[in-house]
Amino acid sequence: MYFKMPVGEALVYALLGYVVVFFGISLLMAVVMIMGKIFIAKDKKAAAAKAAAAPAAAAPVEAPKPTAPGSAGELKLHDVEPKTAAMLMAIVADKMGKPLNELRFISIKEVK
Amino acid sequence: MNIGEILLGLWNKSGFAQVITGFVSNNGWQNLVMLVIACVLLYLAIVKKFEPLLLVGIAFGCLLTNLPGAGLYNQALWDAYVQGVPYTNAAGEVIEHITFTTIIHDGGLLDIFYIGVKSSLYPCLIFMGVGAMTDFGPLLSNPKSLLLGAAAQLGVFVAFFGAVLLGFTGKEAASIGIIGGADGPTAIFLTSRLAPHLLGAIAVAAYSYMALIPLIQPPIMNLLTTPEQRKIKMVQTRQVSKTEKIIFPIVVTIFVAMLLPDTAPLIGCLMLGNLFKETGVTDRLSDTVQNALMNIVTILLSTAVGATMIGSRFLTPETLKIVLLGVIAFGISTAGGLLGGQVMCALTKGKVNPLIGSAGVSAVPMAARVANVQGQKANPSNFLLMHAMGPNVAGVIGSAIAAGFLLSVFG
Repeated sequence: MYFKMPVGEALVYALLGYVVVFFGISLLMAVVMIMGKIFIAKDKKAAAAKAAAAPAAAAPVEAPKPTAPGSAGELKLHDVEPKTAAMLMAIVADKMGKPLNELRFISIKEVK
Repeated sequence: MNIGEILLGLWNKSGFAQVITGFVSNNGWQNLVMLVIACVLLYLAIVKKFEPLLLVGIAFGCLLTNLPGAGLYNQALWDAYVQGVPYTNAAGEVIEHITFTTIIHDGGLLDIFYIGVKSSLYPCLIFMGVGAMTDFGPLLSNPKSLLLGAAAQLGVFVAFFGAVLLGFTGKEAASIGIIGGADGPTAIFLTSRLAPHLLGAIAVAAYSYMALIPLIQPPIMNLLTTPEQRKIKMVQTRQVSKTEKIIFPIVVTIFVAMLLPDTAPLIGCLMLGNLFKETGVTDRLSDTVQNALMNIVTILLSTAVGATMIGSRFLTPETLKIVLLGVIAFGISTAGGLLGGQVMCALTKGKVNPLIGSAGVSAVPMAARVANVQGQKANPSNFLLMHAMGPNVAGVIGSAIAAGFLLSVFG
């Protein structure tokens, strides 16, 4: 069969291309990881500074709100209305075929 | 005034006469076959809901371009433009050097639309819209998922090699291979630069297979993972700060565009769109890019791509080969992502569900949804969507890098 491009050359390009994609993505991953580490360290520093400042303020510590009888703890909502959260929990329970009181939702976050 | 002559003139100018008189000599039959194909594509888009936002435009562009005598799209004009040879227009004037100005003057409506494809304007604007609709949070919280976006580009290079074995040139093979990236705008961007004569077939194959992802991927996912692996629940990833999300598109643009300058138009637009979304001070622009601009460009892009589906170019054995290579590319890319997922699963001692690797084929967010559905089939309390979104958006970056490599080699 007649090939318009030497097969050996095509194979080298194919392998090289895949390696280049991995190389580029790996470098990008390293950059993103470094970026993430910087931000995590910054967040920790900010949290530590906040914690250190807290005793100085000596604000009375509010007792945690008692949870409703039979509940499995507190649900954290991030940019989600309580109504929407209730609806989502009902849908998930329905889809899973399990009663709502047997499920524990830890947090609900809106994916933008 | 001779009414008979007028009627005869009208008849001779009509498309019906052109089909009848040129049925054999001018390949009129091919126009008719293409009109049938256009109607089949319209059926798939409207009734079967195969990527309707794009396929309706592509199918209608195909219908318009194959109407005999309408002259909406002139392949000879574009051939002269690409090859740099003189062109003789309808008035018999010979134009030595074709430019976009000549095309606006001498071309039909779809020729004018096609300028946006040829200049890469539409794919880049679509990428801007994709960027504005993408949340890179899952990727930022789990950067290792980027590797799955790279692993899932395997099909691009296997299909490239397969296309060379089937007798395509390097440029054509590169354009066919990128179907495996499962990214329509990238496929159009690369093909319009390397092998514009294959644009119609490649775009139809790419968008059709993207619509068929829920059918193509699950058997491969079941084949390459065990039921136990599919049940693996992944732990919640960390919260990503707003600042991090703002810095990310800037860093990626500088980094990737410097690594592979040929990807700059695609990555630049993708990240500009994302920056509009994340800054919080350009909400109006973000909204426009995501909705109005995206919709306008989709209309122009799909119709222009459909216009390239001319009978004489489309009804060839090459189209069948492209369709075959396209599905192979999709399948192998899925397998590549899953194998990457398997490696991660092994390295993390079972903390990564290998199913999320299949989402590395881009096709946002369909591939991530398929990974989520397969995970839930194995374990109804398994929610992989957020974890699969990381590889999914990484696939967009991966396919842009693959396109940049192929462009730098064959461009």
